[in-house]
Amino acid sequence: MIRSFGYNEFLFLLSAVQWTLALSAIAFLGGATVGLFVALGRTSTIKPVRLATTGYIQIFQGTPLLMQLFLVFFGATVLGFDINPWAAAALGLTLNASAFLGEIWRGCIQAVPRGQWEAGSALGLRYPGLMRYVVLPQAVKIAVPPTVGYLVQLIKGTSLAAIIGFTELTRAGQIVNNATFQPFLVFSIVAALYFLMCWPLSLLSARLEQRYAARSR
Amino acid sequence: MPVNYDFQFDAVLASWDYLLQGAWLTVQLSLGAMVIGLAVAILCALGKTSGPKPVRWLINAYIEIIRNTPFLVQIFLIFFGLPSLGLRMSPDVAALVAMVVNVGAYATEIIRAGIESIQKGQIEAGLALGLRPLQVFRYVVLKPALRTVYPALTSQFILLMLSSSVVSAISADELTSVANNIQSQTFRSFEIYIVVTGIYLVLAMMFSALFAGIQRLVFAYDLDRR
Repeated sequence: MIRSFGYNEFLFLLSAVQWTLALSAIAFLGGATVGLFVALGRTSTIKPVRLATTGYIQIFQGTPLLMQLFLVFFGATVLGFDINPWAAAALGLTLNASAFLGEIWRGCIQAVPRGQWEAGSALGLRYPGLMRYVVLPQAVKIAVPPTVGYLVQLIKGTSLAAIIGFTELTRAGQIVNNATFQPFLVFSIVAALYFLMCWPLSLLSARLEQRYAARSR
Repeated sequence: MPVNYDFQFDAVLASWDYLLQGAWLTVQLSLGAMVIGLAVAILCALGKTSGPKPVRWLINAYIEIIRNTPFLVQIFLIFFGLPSLGLRMSPDVAALVAMVVNVGAYATEIIRAGIESIQKGQIEAGLALGLRPLQVFRYVVLKPALRTVYPALTSQFILLMLSSSVVSAISADELTSVANNIQSQTFRSFEIYIVVTGIYLVLAMMFSALFAGIQRLVFAYDLDRR
């Protein structure tokens, strides 16, 4: 039976927004945690660590996110885990985000002037203290605008979870479309909802970037 | 944890020709979208930096809408949505259109940044030498601008090639779609997708090499100066 697009359909899409946001939040938190280690590895003085993290980043940045999601989804079964689309999407997006955030944060760590590192070690700080008290606090300031900008990419990336069958906003749009056959209307609304999530972040990122550029001039 | 999985790559290798066909369409779609998208982006960047206000506003809206919505939703709108407005396309054409529309928005912003990096004195010098405005744009503004933003532009193009896997959602016959077809016939999901992921990695490296070659050919005067 064909339904027409009404208030209930709209509410269904709106409730799917929370899954998109939840998936984005998990991928961001997971990706940030792993990404910090990736960034530290990339800037490490130990060559094998640097090579391993460089390879990690290149593999994730050189292959499609969709393939990464497929590999996690089907790969978990190979390893004997019974994985649902929700966990597969969260894990896949976390790994992907960790590579991208790692590469962004590598740049931020390297942007901290060399003299700061030297001053820190001259004061007798070892690597953990040097990172914790001298380098990272300064790198964080530089990292905020591009990280907010990356959040937009991450939210958009969660739409691919629809393809492996997790019901977030895009999948909800497909479901509503299958029931109503009003693709132009349905996907316009879906696009508008994504826009409402992403645009404020884009504006914020641009503003933070300007403010940072003005301060460091 | 024991892994009792029996890897079988025979089914994948048996479909090797089919996979290569898919990879070839991925390359074609990507190259087509890069070339057309670059043209769109140059026009939009020109409009955004020196067009009348309504044009600038329209181009801005285009850029912000595309950059703040997922590619997958853009594909669905073009492939499923446009037919209801009377515009019907085959999956391959819809995929190309979606890719052009998408990369056009990102490339516009990149090229605009390049154009804005050209100093005003350069343009005035060009005009003083008797070049017509279009010639000034072509030789004095565009070429150095493209040289400046070339690395950003080409990494955007490689991202485009990778994101083309998403067009499998409307079953355009590119690499990911082919993989999905083989998967549904053989059920060797993991083997197929690991091979296809490898193919994408190789394609990304090939495009990188291609772009480096183009840089040496077209922007060689930059290398001479170093």
